[in-house]
Amino acid sequence: MQEIVQYLFSGITTGAVYAVIAVGLSMLYSSTELINFAHGEFVMIGALAMVTLWVRIGLPLPVAMAGAVAAGCLLGLMFERFAIRTARNPEPITLIIITVGASIFLKGVAMIIWGKDPFSMPAFSSHESIEIFGAALLPQSIWIVTAALVLAGGIHLFLKQTLTGKAMVACAVNKKAAWLSGIPSEKMGILAFGISAGCGAVAGIFIAPITMSSYDMGTLLGIKGFCAAMIGGLGSLWGAFAGGLLLGILESMGAGLISSGLKDAIAFVLLLLILYIRPGGLFAAKEAKRF
Amino acid sequence: MKQKHLVLAMLVTSLLILPVSGAMAANVYKIGGIFSVTGRASFLGDPEKKTMEMMVEQINAAGGIDGHMLEAVIYDSEGDPAKAVSAVNKLIHKDKVIAIIGPSTTPTTLAVVNFTKRANVPLISCAAGIKITTPVDPWVFKTAQSDLLAVAAVYQQMKAAGIKKIGILTVSNAYGESGKKQLLGQAEKFGIQVILNESFGAKDTDTTTQLAKIKAAGPDAIICWGTNPGPAVVAKNAKQLKIDIPLYQSHGVGSPKFIELAGDAANGNILPTGKILVTSLLDDSDPQKKVLQDYQNAYENKFSGNVSGFGGYAYDAVNLLAGALKGSSGDKQKIRDNLEATKGYVGATGEFNFTPQDHNGLSPDAFVMVKIKNGTWTLL
Repeated sequence: MQEIVQYLFSGITTGAVYAVIAVGLSMLYSSTELINFAHGEFVMIGALAMVTLWVRIGLPLPVAMAGAVAAGCLLGLMFERFAIRTARNPEPITLIIITVGASIFLKGVAMIIWGKDPFSMPAFSSHESIEIFGAALLPQSIWIVTAALVLAGGIHLFLKQTLTGKAMVACAVNKKAAWLSGIPSEKMGILAFGISAGCGAVAGIFIAPITMSSYDMGTLLGIKGFCAAMIGGLGSLWGAFAGGLLLGILESMGAGLISSGLKDAIAFVLLLLILYIRPGGLFAAKEAKRF
Repeated sequence: MKQKHLVLAMLVTSLLILPVSGAMAANVYKIGGIFSVTGRASFLGDPEKKTMEMMVEQINAAGGIDGHMLEAVIYDSEGDPAKAVSAVNKLIHKDKVIAIIGPSTTPTTLAVVNFTKRANVPLISCAAGIKITTPVDPWVFKTAQSDLLAVAAVYQQMKAAGIKKIGILTVSNAYGESGKKQLLGQAEKFGIQVILNESFGAKDTDTTTQLAKIKAAGPDAIICWGTNPGPAVVAKNAKQLKIDIPLYQSHGVGSPKFIELAGDAANGNILPTGKILVTSLLDDSDPQKKVLQDYQNAYENKFSGNVSGFGGYAYDAVNLLAGALKGSSGDKQKIRDNLEATKGYVGATGEFNFTPQDHNGLSPDAFVMVKIKNGTWTLL
């Protein structure tokens, strides 16, 4: 029993990270129909910016966090301006390949700036873990889950309650119709890029203390986030969130109950099963309605 | 017409150059090096490269070998087997080296041995994996202590400490697999029972699941077998889970980088390591002490960083090769034969006695067991 709770905690922690990454990916997909394969790289930028701002320069934690998110957002906007918008023939496949290229580029730049050695970062709050049913819950896990919830909730409110958010949804539903009713659809796309990259950076910031950050950490996380978004149904915000948690828990349970050597295999076989039974993902019940 | 001239000109030039480069080659012994200078295993390759350069400089300053100067051609494998293979091909075919030192890691070494064997170039690897020298290949040697010896050292200490049941956690790459095989294979001999055997990915961000599973099985100690940064994650997670049984690490983390990465969580970890980490703590009667001090002084005077055991593998490799080059006139077959006949060389890693059956040449006393206390090493 004690172990099962522990596996669940581990799963929720990693799952929450996947969830934040998936939410960013999904958000961008719903507004631009673009799958950003460089998304994992924004996670890496968030983590490494945190290393520089918090550990090296010694800025206060909130300032460093804001700085790292800002760095992620800014990079996302630059990515949109210089790589995506300049594409002459913006077909989805072209753009997707551009994102793959951007991923390699960002990894290379990070390697030059931060070097190839991994970095370690202390936890945000005191190191003692909390015991629940005999299983240890790391304070950093609480941070991660809270951040994931706040982020997903914030985006949800933004899309449902604010005019800009609603305009963004409108663009996602039908770009041309939105444009005809006076919504600057291009601006909405840029905004989506900024928010999405920011989400990636947030994931990086919160994951950094529990793992080692290095220039090549993003790729695998990006793929896991993509899988999570796929399970939830691409384009669905809460679907991506649930997909992330599910993937994390599946991995952890697979490692704990069956074999840690087959951890990834178990998770991915289950994913295939889910997609086989529900090709649109768990939460994409109606194709036409993404939100 | 023009083309014919060009071809002719090229022919003439090459005829002029060839004898010259041939004569140059007779004066200089070209030796190759492949190290993971950058990348995740840079903590291995960086000191190895620096050490090799330093040793070559020292040997040349002392007049070279039989009057021949040494020239080191060193490539960075970035810890990537594919890059190591392209480096080895460059060394063999382009640079035409007479012997190769490195690569730094087991996966990169296993990737290149087929090429050096085929070209009959002696290779002295700086990696730990036992697969490199078992079965023995006439052309492949290594200076790093095998995991066979590391496991034996760990188990000896465990037996003395009365540890009977253990859980093991190994990284899922060649280093971890090789360690796992040794851990499982030798346990019985020391009266130790492996009750649970788990693994983790080299890039895993969290290993609490595996540790919780091991904790629940109730062993007397946990052995984690991996190279940085994975074991640092394991050490951190073990502390967070409040696991109070001893955590043993492998010799793969025996560098200050591990303490830096794991921070507080490194305290209390026990690991086998080469003597170089604890030179100042060694008994004066230890024949290695003087060798180690000399190497340490030379290295630390030349470079800013601290000396590590990994540089010691390259130190021994260069010295062994230098010994074998004596009287070889640069003939690869002779270098190989001389290497195999090396006996009683006291190096930074241990005392080497190569035989046709043993191309590692070390015994378990090449390891000492250390415990990390207050962020530094103490002898057990």
